[in-house]
Amino acid sequence: MTAFVTLQNVSKTFDVSAPWLNRVIERKPQSFLQAVSDVSFDIRRGETLALVGESGCGKSTVARLIVGLYQPTKGTIMVDGKDMRILDENGDHSRALRRKVQMIFQDPYASLNPRWRVADIVAEPIRTHKLLTDNAAIDKRVAELLGYVKLTAKDGEKFPHQFSGGQRQRISIARALASNPEFLICDEPTSALDVSVQAQVLNLMKDLQREMGLTYLFISHNLQVVHHISDRVGVMYLGRIVEIGDKKQVFGDPQHPYTRMLLDAIPDLKMTGKARVPVAGEVPNPLNPPTGCAFNPRCPKKFGPCDKEGPQLISFKDRQVACHAAV
Amino acid sequence: MTSSAVLEVKDLHIEFPTRKGVLKAVDGVSFSIAPGEVLGVVGESGAGKSLTGAAIIGLLEPPGRIASGQILLDGRRIDNLPYEEMRKIRGRQIGAIFQDPLTSLNPLYTVGRQLTETIQTHLDMNESQARDRAVKLLEEVGIPAARERIDHYPHQFSGGMRQRVVIALALSAEPKVIIADEPTTALDVSIQAQIITLLKRLCRDHGTAVMLVTHDMGVIAETADRVAVMYAGRVAEIGPVSEVIHKPQHPYTVGLMGSIPEFDTHRERLIQIDGAMPRLDAIPQGCAFNPRCTKVFDRCKSDRPELINAGPTQAACWLHAK
Repeated sequence: MTAFVTLQNVSKTFDVSAPWLNRVIERKPQSFLQAVSDVSFDIRRGETLALVGESGCGKSTVARLIVGLYQPTKGTIMVDGKDMRILDENGDHSRALRRKVQMIFQDPYASLNPRWRVADIVAEPIRTHKLLTDNAAIDKRVAELLGYVKLTAKDGEKFPHQFSGGQRQRISIARALASNPEFLICDEPTSALDVSVQAQVLNLMKDLQREMGLTYLFISHNLQVVHHISDRVGVMYLGRIVEIGDKKQVFGDPQHPYTRMLLDAIPDLKMTGKARVPVAGEVPNPLNPPTGCAFNPRCPKKFGPCDKEGPQLISFKDRQVACHAAV
Repeated sequence: MTSSAVLEVKDLHIEFPTRKGVLKAVDGVSFSIAPGEVLGVVGESGAGKSLTGAAIIGLLEPPGRIASGQILLDGRRIDNLPYEEMRKIRGRQIGAIFQDPLTSLNPLYTVGRQLTETIQTHLDMNESQARDRAVKLLEEVGIPAARERIDHYPHQFSGGMRQRVVIALALSAEPKVIIADEPTTALDVSIQAQIITLLKRLCRDHGTAVMLVTHDMGVIAETADRVAVMYAGRVAEIGPVSEVIHKPQHPYTVGLMGSIPEFDTHRERLIQIDGAMPRLDAIPQGCAFNPRCTKVFDRCKSDRPELINAGPTQAACWLHAK
């Protein structure tokens, strides 16, 4: 199978310098934050790739890069064989390509316009992409979309505040589906929801994927959710992918100490009584990352080269891992 | 309930008078916590778990009010105390830890000043004694170089370190009870594990009773001794944590446990509870869970079940009525 989405050595640097005048007066240097460094992966058509990691590891930045909300500093992002940066005759990003890529955001309270009726919210992508022009046909399509997410056509008359969090997230999904996308980027879609509602949304997403052949990039910090929904998993730490591979391989036999640590940190529902060793330390400041492997100050397997040389992603035991100690 | 309970809540009702009528947010909740015990309170948003916690510390926001019921600390009623007397109990005998460590610390004062202020308010200590105690507390909660860090401001700490400071604050006057309302929700998983372990160890060492309010069953499984599952302002099931997790008796608890994705049991679909928790102004007659329940029968729609013994746990479900 060929890759549907390809990222090649994508990096994103943000300029977080103080204002020019402060730099001159206080003689401060410019400072840059390397949010994503040298990330490469493929997503095959119809599969779900999940990115996991703690806050600030760059997983949401990757999502925003793919959807085109940020431009990569380096590297290329190809969707369906086309470069996302290629502009059309209006100097605009290719609408045809944009139509295929849609995004679902974390907070269903903030991602829906509170002044719009649900039907207008869901119809917006249809109108923007001029998929349908006839109002009656649009209404029919909106009703159909609301039906996909287990809402009724009558719900289209209401405003977002009249819905619960789970229903709102389903409205976001209906809106994302409105442009007949092939690829959905889901940035923590269930983190703001209660577990029973989360189960409803996850089941719905799996059903839709099967029925419509969607490809998902699923971003989450919850490893159980990722394990449930994904086919392949990429673990990120401080802007880099440290381990990526098939879900069964990565979760079943983690090779990177950070993956191991994340798995150990999950509360043990089975209560087997096995002692957990919470890993000491915290994510370092990304403005001043440690030399060598970014994980080395917290790593239990640290040895010679770890604080001198950053490890490369190397194929090992059916997955790719960036660790001197593992390989 | 045992007489040794340090905190006892009896038939607590919390209501909100509104223009459209009185809304019952907490409807007849009873439980007790023994010294050194951790009672987990789980439930979805709006189940009334945080309100119960707020009522215990006496921080219910008006117009919310305790309509009936009693809260007893060491056998003494505290729900009807005047404001000034409650102030003395709050912090001294009941500590609180909230979800967001940044908003529960004052950004304008150093953590040391906040700690010594709390210590001096509640304990008879002079400035330097209080400061020594503050340093000791910070060391106890695992803040490295506590002697230097004590003069730092909250923004100079990371999220996990801030929550450690909040725990130190809550423990500063050696309270008998700590109400921890979603203490790890705002933290990353690896930090969450550190904080849970810390909270558990400290409370065991100090013999502090903890009411741990959370929506995360995993946190409960790790920390709590007993667990109360709340639904629509009522306790649906209460019992020892391993029983409730492994052999849930109430259909709501069964659904709740099934909706958590797990590693070793792979399911194509998660068990889902259809529908949503009822709004406060539309709580159905009988059992509040009956419209979503898969095992509903006639009696559920007419009579409200009280907690009934169901093996080692108690469940508010007619299925267990003899």
